Amino acid sequence: MNPTPLRLGFVPLLDVAPIVIAHEMGFAAAEGLALDLRRAPSWSSLRDMLLWGQVDAAQMLAPVPVAMALGLGGAFARLDILQVLSVNGDVLGVSQALAARLRDAGHDFAFIDAQGAARDLARAAGGTLRIGVPFPFSTHVELVTYWLRDTGLDYELCTIPPPRMADALAAGEVDVFCVGEPWGSVAVELGAGTLLLPSRAIWAVAPEKVLAARHDWVCANPALTGRMMRAIWRAAKWLSAPGNRMTASDILARAEYVNAPAELLERALRGEMVISDKGELRQVPDMIRFFDGAASFPWRSQAAWFAARMADRHGLDVAASMLSARELCRTDLYRANLRSAGADLPGASAKLEGSLQHPTAVASERGQMILPPDAFFDGQVFDPDAQNR
Amino acid sequence: MKLHIVIVEPDKDRARLMIDSLRPLGHAVTVIAEATGLARRVRDLAPDIVLIDMANPSRDTLEEMTLASGPLDRPVAFFVDRTDRDLTQQAIEAGVSAYVVDGLKPERVATVMDAAITRFQMFRRMRTELETTRRALEERKLIDRAKGILMKARGLSEEDAYALLRKTAMDQGRKVAEVASALVTAAGLLS
Repeated sequence: MNPTPLRLGFVPLLDVAPIVIAHEMGFAAAEGLALDLRRAPSWSSLRDMLLWGQVDAAQMLAPVPVAMALGLGGAFARLDILQVLSVNGDVLGVSQALAARLRDAGHDFAFIDAQGAARDLARAAGGTLRIGVPFPFSTHVELVTYWLRDTGLDYELCTIPPPRMADALAAGEVDVFCVGEPWGSVAVELGAGTLLLPSRAIWAVAPEKVLAARHDWVCANPALTGRMMRAIWRAAKWLSAPGNRMTASDILARAEYVNAPAELLERALRGEMVISDKGELRQVPDMIRFFDGAASFPWRSQAAWFAARMADRHGLDVAASMLSARELCRTDLYRANLRSAGADLPGASAKLEGSLQHPTAVASERGQMILPPDAFFDGQVFDPDAQNR
Repeated sequence: MKLHIVIVEPDKDRARLMIDSLRPLGHAVTVIAEATGLARRVRDLAPDIVLIDMANPSRDTLEEMTLASGPLDRPVAFFVDRTDRDLTQQAIEAGVSAYVVDGLKPERVATVMDAAITRFQMFRRMRTELETTRRALEERKLIDRAKGILMKARGLSEEDAYALLRKTAMDQGRKVAEVASALVTAAGLLS
């Protein structure tokens, strides 16, 4: 039987790995799929390609489907969040001038303490900081605004495409950036900046990219959706084996995918980050995660967290926004399509976000599963069911 | 009433062609070539319509403007006139995206988009043709180098060297340029 063609869109970043690996390592073919991977030059273009049917599904910034459901931004359609492609994987970096001021102020660049980094940044800023982010609706924006909300720091967000981030920092267009790997490491390699924090220091399990498709497409193609989800889930499982990191980096490095040196892509996969041009190395467990700890499960509580943050900033009804965001997470399809592939499934589809300080056993369909720490840097706990926040 | 249209386009010639097709419609046209500070510059110009190549990564910067709060501070909204699917589909296929002032009459936007789409379709054709020519030239160069390698290594005439390349390609069901490329790579490794 001829394989079924399926068009998937992506933006060149390390976290497209599960999609690329599904294609390159035969997981898609095993599901009878012939993937046609289409690289988009920007997030808005990828969103439009998805909305207007030029691709069937796409790698998407987790907050984008939520923003659309809330009526924010430039385009509207209901997108379903089928599964999470990657957890964490962003870095915050500062210009060399700001890094020097931070060192003078006594900052240690330990690459762990978000609270300390925010305090020192506020001290060293010396005026309004321009912070580069890849898109107005992104995990990056949500993490940065959450992180800095009580510092009194004056800042302005500037949208810069990830591959341009290093140049923008070097040119003084921005003083700080938050970007997905490998583009932070590229800035270090070019001598344009020093890394300040991994995004996981702000929220230990921030969902970064999701697999999204138009709701009407998902409804019209239930079997195809299932095959796609299984192929990508198996690719994520493959990626979780440490022995596969080098192969994954080599494949992703290619010009048609991320088009960046394999050696830089491997840093985040190994959790060994070089934070400055002096070669300072920092170990970051969970720098990016694709599979372990139910990483791919589309928790409704995480979409609700994004919705609550966005609604609050844009003056929308928080409770109603949270409700519509939760609906986008197709935990029903995740359960139905991945159970047969061997996925263990959490007993609940939402949880208290930020309540786990240590790896913790929770109820799952097969008994128990271990969830990794999910703490926010400030110790807050987000209850998706609380009516008054 | 004439519209103020901003074109974000780093390529001078393409920008010129866009101006030439929009000015005759009676509109004022401004070109921004630089990616630096794009959002602020567009905001300062306060145009009615912004046109940008979908392939331009700086397009994401313009999305910021769709977030401005009040209707008057919101000079631009994304061009998805949800009533005109055809036009939007055509625009996306041609690779042009547009941001328009909220509340601008759809038919006014449509005439501008028609002109822009025609231009972008032309750009796309030119880009494809250029790419084809470039590839043909590169293949020609590769084949010449492969012929040279065979002539030297096996003492063949130019004609025989080409015949050998072509026969190998036919036997393997590959293109002559592919066989030539493999030979050139292998020769590079052995030298």
